[in-house]
Amino acid sequence: MPLYALKLAIRHLLAHRGQTSLLVAGVALGVSVFVFMSALIGGLAELLTARTVGSIPHIVLEAAEHGPQSSWGGDAAQIVRQKDLGRRDQIPVWEPLIEVIERTPNVTAVSPQIAGGAFIERGQAVEPVSVVGVMPDRLTAIADIAGAIVSGGGDLPPDGILVGSRLADDLDLRVGQVIRIASDRGRSRSLRVQGIFTLGIGSADRQTAYVNFTAARALFDLLTGVTRIEIKVSPATRADGIAAQLHRSTGLDAIPWTRENSQLFEGLDAQARTGLIIKTFALVTIVVGIASAMLLSIARRQAEIGIMRAMGASKTLVVTIYLIEGTLLGVAGGLMGASLAWLALLPFPPVDDVQVGALPIDRAQGDFLLAILLTSLAAMLASLLPARRAAQIDPVDAIGT
Amino acid sequence: MTKNPILIVEDLTKRFGSGEQEVSVLKGIDLTIAAGEMVALLGPSGSGKSTLLNILGTLMRATGGRHEMLGTDLFAASDAERTRFRSTRLGFVFQFHHLLSDLSALENVMMPAAAAAGRETHAMRERAKDLLDAVGLADRRDYRPAAPSGGQRQRVAVARALINQPALVLADEPTGNLDRESSDRVMELLLSLNGETQTSFLISTHDEYIAARCHRRLNILDGKMLEGRAER
Repeated sequence: MPLYALKLAIRHLLAHRGQTSLLVAGVALGVSVFVFMSALIGGLAELLTARTVGSIPHIVLEAAEHGPQSSWGGDAAQIVRQKDLGRRDQIPVWEPLIEVIERTPNVTAVSPQIAGGAFIERGQAVEPVSVVGVMPDRLTAIADIAGAIVSGGGDLPPDGILVGSRLADDLDLRVGQVIRIASDRGRSRSLRVQGIFTLGIGSADRQTAYVNFTAARALFDLLTGVTRIEIKVSPATRADGIAAQLHRSTGLDAIPWTRENSQLFEGLDAQARTGLIIKTFALVTIVVGIASAMLLSIARRQAEIGIMRAMGASKTLVVTIYLIEGTLLGVAGGLMGASLAWLALLPFPPVDDVQVGALPIDRAQGDFLLAILLTSLAAMLASLLPARRAAQIDPVDAIGT
Repeated sequence: MTKNPILIVEDLTKRFGSGEQEVSVLKGIDLTIAAGEMVALLGPSGSGKSTLLNILGTLMRATGGRHEMLGTDLFAASDAERTRFRSTRLGFVFQFHHLLSDLSALENVMMPAAAAAGRETHAMRERAKDLLDAVGLADRRDYRPAAPSGGQRQRVAVARALINQPALVLADEPTGNLDRESSDRVMELLLSLNGETQTSFLISTHDEYIAARCHRRLNILDGKMLEGRAER
């Protein structure tokens, strides 16, 4: 049955090239919109996510916070243990945890850090900074500091410091100058500016300074522990689940980036839903277009359908012919639309290279195969009603005997 | 009593509508057709000729009576059974050729067989070629219906009616749209095919000349049958 139905369907489509071409072009247009929207929304989400989380840790592990605790100490006596504000929250035994974290699936980078507040003094000028003590070989693990260096180098010897460009401007700092830095623990050291970086994030460029792990230990009076462990994961959107897993495996507080950026997530979600609506409309347009064109075609071919039925063609054969016709229109339109969209998206640069004001198109997220599959399926469904109607045609009425 | 009957119809009735709007088109038709017989069905417009042909061709169901062909009770058969029966045991020639415009002459002839089998086979193709040879269109196999003349298209339709080697061909005014010369050629063709294949024919016509060339003529008037034998 399908072989003969396929032949009749193809023969009819080829015999009416004008109508077939118009239908395929209509479907192709819908598919192009579908692919373009997928690529644009995917690219926009990727760009926003990259811009937002590209230079920040996806998960931060910190010592579980111990606030004031109370307990009963005998008859009618309550003991309240205050939080020890004199001690810095730290992860005292961190080295064994690094291996555990690195083995966790989807974790791409780990950076133990000693961080705290400090002041940079230069002459009469004093600026507050957030000092991050990192292992030199893990300097770029979280933010690509080495790649963001605009002056000097990315080396970080024990007496070196890297500062943000805005901070450097404020204090008129240049590479090679020695500055004095005093921590909130009352310790101070003299460090040489090794490099100046621009991450493009205002707070980082104005208030962050990177120092060697060793220097940070001295500055913050932390002999063995670290204050936090920063982690990168891939994909960043799975940070929530991985954070929960790390909390279970390390016992530390695990804070995913999404907790601090819920508005961004809501925005991306709303954007994805808008895209879904537009894509759904594109599919509906395809369905309506094919269904109405096929109903018209059936009205025109009523006599031919009637004669086939009179000659013994079963209803199933008639239904199959129209289903195949619809599906072929969908497949042809899907392939053409996807190809056109692919060609149209070629000139767009990768999202990473996109300029300000340009469209962030990610061709890889174009959903080409999904578009072809959905269109073919939609076209088949669109032809179902006309096909059933064709099968119901009464040969006597159609032939007019 | 007709010898070796393939079709037996007794007290066949057909009514349309209901209540006050009910119209009785066939009012107790009795009819038998023997194997290899060529029967003309004459009657004025509105006498019930086309309705009878539609019922005999299983395109329409009778309201009452007996309708049996080759031992199959077509009155009681399901729609699917009637479709199967139609595709294998009956052939049709209509006043208008009703060829499928997307198919060549050869493919049109094969269509009823291919539709029943779900595919075209070599055997079908060879038989369709033989039939086109028999109707004098060996050189028109690849022509689309739009190309040949009206007479040629009707001859393709005759070949198509015979592809499944039916026991009975129902022809509704097969020459009604043709000029005298083409009409004569088609009638000659039907007579020769009837002689060669022993296929029975029931030909509805207004044309006395055509009716005179059949073995037997039936006259239908106001839904009732008046039988008479033609001289040949």
